[in-house]
Amino acid sequence: MNSSQCTDKLDTFTLGPLEAGPACCDPQPAIQVRNLSLLYDGKAALDKVTLDIYQGCITALIGPSGCGKTSFLSAINRLTDLIPGCNVTGKILVHDQDIHHPDTHAQTLRRQVGMVFQKPTPFPLSIRRNLSLPLNEHGITQKTEVASITEHVLRDVGLWDEVHDRLDASALSLSGGQQQRLCIARALALKPQILLMDEPCSALDPLASGIVEDLICRLRGRYTIVIVTHNLAQARRIANYAAFFWVSGRAGQLIEFGRCQHIFESPSHELTAAYINGVRG
Amino acid sequence: MRETMPIHTWQVLRDRIVQFLIYASVLLISAVFIWILADLVRGGFAHLSWEFLTESPRDAGRAGGIASILVSTLLILLVAVLTAVPIAWTTAILLAEFVAVDSAFGKAVRFSLHVLAGVPSIVFGLFGNAFFSVYLGLGFSILSGGLTLACMLLPILASTAEAGLRTVPNAYRMSASALGLTRTAALVHLILPAAAPVLAAGLLLGIGRALAETAALLFTSGYVDRMPDSLLDSGRALALHIFDLSMNVPGGDMPAYASALVLVSLLLCINILAMKFAHGLQRRKIMT
Ligand SMILES: Nc1ncnc2c1ncn2[C@@H]1O[C@H](COP(=O)(O)OP(=O)(O)OP(=O)(O)O)[C@@H](O)[C@H]1O
Ligand SMILES: [Mg+2]
Repeated sequence: MNSSQCTDKLDTFTLGPLEAGPACCDPQPAIQVRNLSLLYDGKAALDKVTLDIYQGCITALIGPSGCGKTSFLSAINRLTDLIPGCNVTGKILVHDQDIHHPDTHAQTLRRQVGMVFQKPTPFPLSIRRNLSLPLNEHGITQKTEVASITEHVLRDVGLWDEVHDRLDASALSLSGGQQQRLCIARALALKPQILLMDEPCSALDPLASGIVEDLICRLRGRYTIVIVTHNLAQARRIANYAAFFWVSGRAGQLIEFGRCQHIFESPSHELTAAYINGVRG
Repeated sequence: MRETMPIHTWQVLRDRIVQFLIYASVLLISAVFIWILADLVRGGFAHLSWEFLTESPRDAGRAGGIASILVSTLLILLVAVLTAVPIAWTTAILLAEFVAVDSAFGKAVRFSLHVLAGVPSIVFGLFGNAFFSVYLGLGFSILSGGLTLACMLLPILASTAEAGLRTVPNAYRMSASALGLTRTAALVHLILPAAAPVLAAGLLLGIGRALAETAALLFTSGYVDRMPDSLLDSGRALALHIFDLSMNVPGGDMPAYASALVLVSLLLCINILAMKFAHGLQRRKIMT
């Protein structure tokens, strides 16, 4: 495990990671969220969130249960389109392109913005087919190429040694943690530029969690990652930026956003400070 | 600290009683089925022979066999299923995948399907006679009988298929979409295979209904018991044959029993085959 290595790196950067993104202290925003409000059946779940997610950085979303972190992620890849009664207002630019613009095709957007769900969602197919089906649909059909990508991503999530001799078994026969790692591998295989991860480690044991954490750290710079986590220590270890959400009234709001170090060491909002110190208010 | 409450004897007793009732009702259902089967075997088995299956009926069915009846039945069924399945399943896909549950369009279609499902088969027979036989000029033929049955099958097939598609967890659609799969790809590779057992079960139910249908065929495919030459010939279905033998033909009891035995055996075979098929399909999908 080299998550300690990660922590070291974290201490050395000022704004954005040194090994990634633009060398200057002015990181480019990959996702710009402006005044995002989200309603489920007329009830607000997110209220006027404005936030930039920087290219090549890891941004952690933290906050109590039900404050709209998952909703925020699904708004970015327009998965909210699939939820009946869900209404999104505000503007989201992904790589300077308005995702709600009529010319933006949802499927094209989702190929740029991958997502790992809170609950593992393997397809009821074999492990191999779980990976090859999306690859085939993305136009990668050559058997050798698919096989090499399969091995590569399964090694990345530390699943290869566990499953390499039973790739044709049903993915549903894997344990919960293995299923989640398979889903991470599946998202990675498509090489999205942006990766949204909704509590990817919540179902994992410390070892597997460490592997995934290291993986996320290795992706830094190449991918823009937004990760939801309830594990504050983890957020602190891996994230460059952190956004703190809170439910005020009934709708979730963004309370504070800034560099991870800043949020965790000298938060400017008292709610943030209370949450991070585990004070119940 | 509170003591753990021991389970009362009456709670245990209640469990026992519920268990007993469940087993009793299962037993009752099986008993009814076995009774019917036993009765048919007792009454018809002696009459059953290879000749019975390969000869055409003579003397209004008292003598000879049911070969031409079987052929007509199969043809009617084929026409019905081949017409109804594509229409019904695309309707189901539309309702379950592309139309919001509470949309006016979806509600209207679903409502009309429910009404259609409740229409007695004799009404379908009259409609089929008026529309296919007379208006379209198909006359008393296997084709008009099959098309009438197709109308009857539509609501059964569409409703079961829609229900089947709705049992597929939404998480599959979500994650397929999040992976950038198109709706068609998700449908073909994930949702339809996952719903296949239910689709097959619905198809089976439909075929069962069609195989046992008499009223809808009386005025459409007719009751000529000759071997049909084409789909435009009249042909007598098996259930209609049984009805005719037992109601209109004195001394037709034995062949009626034997024909009923054949009908029930056919239903059994179709059931078993469809189950195996659905199971196999699911396994194959998981294996590849
Ligand atoms: N499909 C839905 N329909 C209606 N309301 C929803 C739906 N999904 C979420 N909500 C509501 O929106 C609010 C935010 O939910 P969301 O799932 O975004 O929270 P979260 O921050 O991800 O919580 P957790 O940390 O528990 O995962 C909650 O109050 C929830 O009840
Ligand atoms: Mg969530």
